[in-house]
Amino acid sequence: MATHEIAATHHGPAAAHAAHVPAEHSAHAALAHHFDNLEQQREAGSLGMWIFLAQEVMFFGRLFLAYVIYRTRFPEAFAAASNHLNWKLGAFNTAVLICSSLTMALAVWAAQVGRTRRTQVFFMALTGLLGATFLGVKAVEYYDKYRDHLIPVRGWFHWEQPLSANVSEQNIQMFYWIYFAMTGLHALHMIIGIAILLPIMYRAWKGAYSPEYHAPVELFGLYWHFVDIVWIFLFPLLYLLGAHYAGGHAAAGH
Amino acid sequence: MSEHIVPRKVYFVVFGALMVLTALTVFAANIDFGVLNDVIAMTIAVTKAVLVILFFMHVRYGSRLIMLVVVAGFFWLAILMVLTLSDYNSRKWVEQRVRQSTIPSEAGR
Repeated sequence: MATHEIAATHHGPAAAHAAHVPAEHSAHAALAHHFDNLEQQREAGSLGMWIFLAQEVMFFGRLFLAYVIYRTRFPEAFAAASNHLNWKLGAFNTAVLICSSLTMALAVWAAQVGRTRRTQVFFMALTGLLGATFLGVKAVEYYDKYRDHLIPVRGWFHWEQPLSANVSEQNIQMFYWIYFAMTGLHALHMIIGIAILLPIMYRAWKGAYSPEYHAPVELFGLYWHFVDIVWIFLFPLLYLLGAHYAGGHAAAGH
Repeated sequence: MSEHIVPRKVYFVVFGALMVLTALTVFAANIDFGVLNDVIAMTIAVTKAVLVILFFMHVRYGSRLIMLVVVAGFFWLAILMVLTLSDYNSRKWVEQRVRQSTIPSEAGR
């Protein structure tokens, strides 16, 4: 046994594994030498991605915490500021992201069951287009905020609506600060997502993904769905929080 | 043991549920339930997130180790929220206590 291990270290880890599980390695070119089998390799990839996503939960979590703290302190200002957002565009974008999550899930499925590269690329392209649609709508919303002087920068921010009691312009500005920080960070994740999707699409077109090997598609899917989840929380918190207050969306001037 | 492949039908059902819940959250937000508005909105959002995590992200079919990481991630967020908010929301009590205890002594000087 001891001589066998010494021999194995001389030949490197691949040789050591080949001695233990030769069948797996000759069967799957996709299996990296430091894993025992494909199942373990897949599990390790998903686990790594989920640990990254747990970090992302904290990354966005602190912004949600800031939102909760300021909103509980200035509820009227947050309701008034929220009512000025265009909830129809927000709802449309929510639907767009849910559609893109479906197409991404189908892209992963297409790779898992070994559908043609054309099918894989089709679902990925659809996902990317829906992501781009989301960003386009977001750009329109940002432009509206710019035009209405609602970018929370000193000297630019100006709230033109009448202020009710308990509401100060600074507190409304705080809502827009949080709005831009949260939706901006989310939009950045969307842009990075599309940038990562493009090379995956290229490789899918080259026929790189099969039922044995599709880890990049699967792991990118996890990222994309996570970004969708962030928006699932952002939409009601930012766009709908003041909808039932006096005035509501009808007075918001859309 | 091979990878679990989720049937397409499951994806379409989850997609339908997510769309219905989105419509529901918009509808519910326009009715005044008082403090319950936030509870309803967050219940719907959490339900949607759980659906995405379990089915689109395959956690329902994954190993317990991955489930543990997912739960730990959100549990850590709960710690962040609960501890920070318990600090922020209890500061007023402390300020009141301090005011009550200092004002008489200042008057006595």
